[in-house]
Amino acid sequence: MEILANLSDGIWLSLQPINLILILIGVTLGLFIGAMPGLGSVNGVAILLPITFLVPPSSAIIFLAAIYYGAMYGGAISSITLGIPGASTAVATTFDGRPLALKGRASLALVTAALASFIGGSISVVLFTGFAPLLASVALSFGPPEIFALMLLAFATFVGLGGDDIPKTVFSICLGLVFAAVGFDEISGEPRLVFFGITGFLHGINFLVLAIGVYGIGEMLWTIETTRGKITSTEAKMSFKGIIADSKEGMKRGWRQTLIGSGIGFFVGILPAAGATPGSLMSYSVAKMTAKNPKEYGQGHPGGIAAPEAANNAASTGSMLPMLTLGIPGSPTTAILLGGMVIWGLTPGPRMFTDQPEFVWGLIGSFYVSNVFALVVNLAFIPLFIWMLRMPFTVLAPLIFVLSVVGGYAATRDMHDVWLMLVFGLGAMALRKLDYPLAPAVLAIVLGPIAEPTLRQSLLLSSGDPAIFLNRPIAGPITLVAIVLILMPLVKFLRDKLRGNRAGTAT
Amino acid sequence: MALTKRTLIKLAGAVALSGLIAAPATAFEPTKPIDFVIMAGAGGGADKIARFLQSVAEKKGLMTRPLVPNNKGGGSGAEALIALKGASDPDHTILVTLNSFFTTPLRQPGLGIDIQTFTPVAMMGVDPFVLWVHKDSGITTFEQWLDEVKKGGYIMGGTGKGQEDSLVITFLEQTFGLKIKYIPYKGGGAVAKDLAGQQIMATVNNPSEAKGFYASGDVVPLLAFSDERLAAMPDVRTVKELGKDFSYYNQRAVVGAPGMSDDAAAYYQKLFETIYNTTEWQDYMASESLSPLWLKADDQRAYWKTQVERHKELLAAMGE
Amino acid sequence: MRFAEIFTAGLLALLSIYLMWKSAELDIGYIKGEGPGGGAWPFWLSGLMLICTGFIAFNWVKRVSPPSRSDQPFLDSYSLRMVLLVGGGLFGFIALTGIISMYGAMVIFLLYYLKFLGRHSWSLTLVLSVGIPIIFFIFFEALMRITLPKGLNFTEPFYNYLNTLIY
Repeated sequence: MEILANLSDGIWLSLQPINLILILIGVTLGLFIGAMPGLGSVNGVAILLPITFLVPPSSAIIFLAAIYYGAMYGGAISSITLGIPGASTAVATTFDGRPLALKGRASLALVTAALASFIGGSISVVLFTGFAPLLASVALSFGPPEIFALMLLAFATFVGLGGDDIPKTVFSICLGLVFAAVGFDEISGEPRLVFFGITGFLHGINFLVLAIGVYGIGEMLWTIETTRGKITSTEAKMSFKGIIADSKEGMKRGWRQTLIGSGIGFFVGILPAAGATPGSLMSYSVAKMTAKNPKEYGQGHPGGIAAPEAANNAASTGSMLPMLTLGIPGSPTTAILLGGMVIWGLTPGPRMFTDQPEFVWGLIGSFYVSNVFALVVNLAFIPLFIWMLRMPFTVLAPLIFVLSVVGGYAATRDMHDVWLMLVFGLGAMALRKLDYPLAPAVLAIVLGPIAEPTLRQSLLLSSGDPAIFLNRPIAGPITLVAIVLILMPLVKFLRDKLRGNRAGTAT
Repeated sequence: MALTKRTLIKLAGAVALSGLIAAPATAFEPTKPIDFVIMAGAGGGADKIARFLQSVAEKKGLMTRPLVPNNKGGGSGAEALIALKGASDPDHTILVTLNSFFTTPLRQPGLGIDIQTFTPVAMMGVDPFVLWVHKDSGITTFEQWLDEVKKGGYIMGGTGKGQEDSLVITFLEQTFGLKIKYIPYKGGGAVAKDLAGQQIMATVNNPSEAKGFYASGDVVPLLAFSDERLAAMPDVRTVKELGKDFSYYNQRAVVGAPGMSDDAAAYYQKLFETIYNTTEWQDYMASESLSPLWLKADDQRAYWKTQVERHKELLAAMGE
Repeated sequence: MRFAEIFTAGLLALLSIYLMWKSAELDIGYIKGEGPGGGAWPFWLSGLMLICTGFIAFNWVKRVSPPSRSDQPFLDSYSLRMVLLVGGGLFGFIALTGIISMYGAMVIFLLYYLKFLGRHSWSLTLVLSVGIPIIFFIFFEALMRITLPKGLNFTEPFYNYLNTLIY
């Protein structure tokens, strides 16, 4: 009951006029920052951090949280309308969002994404409110072996994502993982894979450089080349009635996936180091695996949008949990927020809930309010994004290229990365024509920097004994599930092959 | 080495005072946003400080053009040093440093970085190091800790070989004849979390990084590697009290790009002096347990020199 | 297409070998009591990539994958022209950034694409080529405080003047 009283105080605080206005501005700004390829919640929060000095700390953090929420909603917009994931968390949203938009159902895709985000965010806020201290101890019990086991599980779910060509899928995953290793070896403290001694490789290959290269430039070149310039624009209509109808359809076909996404996203999100990307990816895969007709996924199924979108919003709320209860950032954005709290003279950590209840509950209250506002603002702007899609292709294409180049630069502020992006774009077009799946590479470059260090930290802990992944109470079961998932398609493949051979000899 | 530091602190106080009285008007005014390069990734200790400095400048309206933070943490800060060395406009490029400012050019001589070519701007403070264990280990004194480590199989975490904390751990190993297994992590925050989760047995962390868990009582400080006891934890002995002449700090300094004009350097020196003297920064130093070490530009160059020599020895002791 | 498939597989095999060689700058073995060395992760994964290219070549010989059965050209003359025009435009965009600033390069690129490739009217072309960089300038420099490249020194007075407007 005490929780409810605190919570209602918190919600009341965020309904104060000044806070309400800040939330409204925050979610709107966040929506556009998130929708811009190359910019994500990290940029939004980092840049607006100093501006928050004009208001009291509790209003400031509410403003930043609103930007964070807005950006998480916005990430889906560029995934769906442009086919470029604006952040690693929105890669899985392109799998079904883009095809649906190309079918002329962009509004269905956008509405589904908004609703799923809202539900994911709301469920996780409720979980957050109820179980914060308990979940904090779960987050602490995840050391390197547990995180690695989780990454293994995420890779296991990859298996279902690639194309039919197994060698090409495996190649793509490995390429992403090797690119992830470029720059610096955390464990030995040595630079590595600094190609031709070019200093731009010292900071590694940023996920966004590869993602924008592949999806922004490569995909656009491929479209221009294969459609022979005959593409005019996607048919997309928009009306108020349409939004209602789309909401009904989106939720009817995507409620189950939304729930899957909310659950997985939240639990993966609370683990520091893991974060929203593996969460959204695993949700997509689980939704696909448990679907009656998995073949519909990847063709434009609303469920394929609902699962990752619910997950990434749930995870972003989840990642606030280790930040508030342990003082540990669960994502780069929360790292900046954490810096903000230090600036305001607050000490995030285990004592935060008892020492600063007003601040903590104000923030939690603002999650509820921001979520509602983000949904409303998002729905209100959908016609604008649809309108963009209806532009002639020869106007949209150069705009996407400009966005890609600017986004590629803004991500790391290094021209080296813009050139690299162009190289990736041209390479991606060629590989795309030859049926190499590239999504696995893009996701691998996000998971690689988590997987490799945790693998090696674990082996250091165990003096090189790989049994550490099996004999720890949390890591063990996760590893086993991952291994089963990895072996399943292999067993199926061999079985089919055997049967096929037998059938072949019989005839 | 440590002696020089103490005298320098005293010197610094005098300098800070005189600086306040006679602050000459400078001819330089920035005409564009200032590239505020950070030698570490987003979210780390140096990043936190850079963003704090930026926000103070913003809040007080000290600048006509904004400071734009730019994280270049690649290659232990090598990327940032190279960026500064090749800055197209040295008058609008400044860098927030930590000790990798000294160690990275030593460990990667191929970079061709001579830190003496950089322009001193301000020494904002130094960050001390403390040895921490988890409360469930039952260890409350450094002597108990030594006994425990000597049993063997002891595991500590840190921010990487050749990084600040690993140098301190090497000192412990060599001075007290210990053998410790060292697990590198990405940043101080991750190290503090895995100590609280008992994935590792002990750490050498800045107080600012372990603060939350210290306040909740999850982690226990055993020994400070500062010259004097820290105000935030007055019961914790220093390594000097054990009769070992050793202290180690992480510098939190701002430097300008090589080739910065004297006018521009004077502008930034005055700017950061103003920031240094704000109550915001003084409160920040107190709450994050930073020690003040204000240095005049020429003294900063001298300080760099002693630090480079010092790190040469420390790295050599590590076998690097 | 059939030739492109094996040619690409060959290129990727070379890339894998290069990555393996480059990874070997650090320890690629299993250090006793410590686990894999610093180069092991990229080295063995690159090795796996090399094996994959072997399988791709095997599938090519057996004509399993669709591209290895296709006798269409990888790029016909029309496609080649489009890729060169668009890709070349992008190349020019990025190259000009270092000279006339990213905003200036944006104007040229939009003019080129809208007028030359898109064959839109002059009025639309001009409105967009000037309007889009202005929107970007306001969004990035003023609102987000992300500075985009300003090119060589001669653009400085111009941008310094703009800075006095936005700050």
